[in-house]
Amino acid sequence: MDLLRFFTAGNVDDGKSTLIGRLLYDSESISTDVIETLTRQSKSTGENAAIDLALLTDGLRAEREQGITIDVAYKYFSTQNRKFIIADTPGHTQYTRNMFTGASTAQLAIILVDARNGITDQTKRHSIISAVLGIPKVLVCINKMDLVSYSEERFNEIVSDYRFFAKLIGLKTVDFIPASALNGDNVVHASSNLSWYKGLPLLSYLETVDVNRTDGFNEARFQVQYVIRPQTEALHDYRGYAGNILSGSFQTGDEVTILPSGLTSKISAIESGLKEVASARKNQPVVLHLKDDLDISRGNTIVLSSALPVTDKTVEATICWMDNQEFQPGHKLLLQQSSFRTKAAIREIYSKIDIHSFQDLESNGELKLNELAKVRIQLAEAISYDVFEKQIQTGAFILINENTNNTVAAGVIR
Amino acid sequence: MSDYLDELEAEAIYILREVAGQFDRPALLFSGGKDSICLVHLALKAFRPGKFPFPLVHIDTGHNFQEALDFRDRLVAETGEHLIVRKVEDTIAKNRLQDARGKFPSRNALQTNTLLETIEEFEFDACIGGARRDEEKARAKERVFSVRDEFGQWDPKLQRPELWSIYNGKIHKGENVRVFPISNWTELDVWNYIQRENIQLPEIYFTHERECVLTENGQLMANNAFLNLDESDVSVTRKVRYRTVGDMTCTAAVESEAFTVEDIIAEIRNAKISERGATRMDDRISEAAMEDRKKGGYF
Repeated sequence: MDLLRFFTAGNVDDGKSTLIGRLLYDSESISTDVIETLTRQSKSTGENAAIDLALLTDGLRAEREQGITIDVAYKYFSTQNRKFIIADTPGHTQYTRNMFTGASTAQLAIILVDARNGITDQTKRHSIISAVLGIPKVLVCINKMDLVSYSEERFNEIVSDYRFFAKLIGLKTVDFIPASALNGDNVVHASSNLSWYKGLPLLSYLETVDVNRTDGFNEARFQVQYVIRPQTEALHDYRGYAGNILSGSFQTGDEVTILPSGLTSKISAIESGLKEVASARKNQPVVLHLKDDLDISRGNTIVLSSALPVTDKTVEATICWMDNQEFQPGHKLLLQQSSFRTKAAIREIYSKIDIHSFQDLESNGELKLNELAKVRIQLAEAISYDVFEKQIQTGAFILINENTNNTVAAGVIR
Repeated sequence: MSDYLDELEAEAIYILREVAGQFDRPALLFSGGKDSICLVHLALKAFRPGKFPFPLVHIDTGHNFQEALDFRDRLVAETGEHLIVRKVEDTIAKNRLQDARGKFPSRNALQTNTLLETIEEFEFDACIGGARRDEEKARAKERVFSVRDEFGQWDPKLQRPELWSIYNGKIHKGENVRVFPISNWTELDVWNYIQRENIQLPEIYFTHERECVLTENGQLMANNAFLNLDESDVSVTRKVRYRTVGDMTCTAAVESEAFTVEDIIAEIRNAKISERGATRMDDRISEAAMEDRKKGGYF
């Protein structure tokens, strides 16, 4: 059984929570005591419906009061074929940073479109965020089909509009499904109301969709999280570099380069799961041992000497500003990429990106909450990276304000 | 094809190592329940042959199941790791606090006092816990690195953005971070992992005969010295097991025939009631009971 992480974005009005509620409810993933609670709540908020499925996802008091999603909530369900992690994220512009949080770990985006309204500013915003974050697959779910008489023509019209927009912003693989979450049409079960639709219902689609990136990046990348040095008598000389393999694979005997120092050595042993192994691959937690005794610490990158990443003190990036306080050139920043941290400064803001058209706008040197911008960042120590499009873990970073300790921006290296 | 348990395990080990790399004085909160036992297993995989870069900390409510305490001591002896125990009794005595009243006097609220005092005493800057997002809807909202102020409070409306697997553990002095490495695991995932890794558990997770009283909600509570029972309460002996292991005053048993981990997995697959719904009296108070407790410094 494998794992699929996807995100949805929007508000109760868009039918997002109803859609998730329907997925969980119809796939029998909700326990009876939770349904009881919901029934009680649905009555107490004066809804006519027996159960308000939206109440399943909005977990905070303020969200239930206002009927909006403020922060990302994670939901879990599984079928015979897959385990699913849903990041249920807000749709409002003012909570865009929370949407980034939920979307950043997703392999699939579900963009909800109201069949009556077609593509809106919100659709565009969510699609652009998916494009910036390089989500491998986007599914456009055209919902509320019951309110357009299940019209195939309307569906095709929206598909064609969206394809045009997707091309504009560089989204590669997009699929479309018509549905009515409220009535359960085409969510878990195929619907006779949509007999003209020949594809899979949503759940079957989610169970089978392939989200592996076709342009697979296979260069071996590893970053040191922690140095294990027991310093006991029996293990006096033991020194292991602990971390997860970020991409590619490593084998005993491989020639490696440590960055940013550029020193070279050979892998003398690899441990994984308390055993010694001959090789290890992407996503595996390991402890690497090197033939030579070198100065290596947390945040250093270890790669095969045959395929080096870029190592530089400046990066060109697209960032999303996430702090309530706007960017102040005088503030001290730290850049963190996986476990690597160094002092950083935004030296130039080339342009801002319009979050509804993806057009570059002239920069006025300001950066406010939820704004996207293309920037140049100067670092105190050299970073080793691959561009984000190829390698997420070495190409993504956050900026931390040294004064407040807040995460003030997320960035992808171009 | 990679198994989803490998992926969850890799994520948890990564988070544990981030704690080791980012904090000066971390701790692992150990309750003796299955989730914290899994955390210890994951820490072995993350740090052996080295010692854990943190002690195990047990906030002892005094209302424990003896089996859980015995298990705790065995585990500490076997791993050779350092255990710190701080007792709610002592907090009550020192601060002249009132113990809870009623038939089932829960020390849930008082436990938060002891936790915050312990954090202050040892100046812990990070506390690792076994909470999972599938347990409860306020937990579903919490970050993996959850920053708490000097009063231990969680502010759900002002959480830091948390992107990719980049964890920002930078805090000011006096603040601390609660870290949840198994955030993305469900109850079933935990049991599948226990089975795969052959992890040992306290015997009360498996079926046994126990003298219980039936509560008004129809829950089975072990008959024990901490309850204030009266003549209306009738004792019954049932075959039960525990789905969660918390205090004897607020954790209910479920009727079960499950002898083995396999039996339990089959039972959970068919279960129609959620883990906390089946066993916890502390969540039944209101829809926002957990959100309110967390805002007050609770785990």
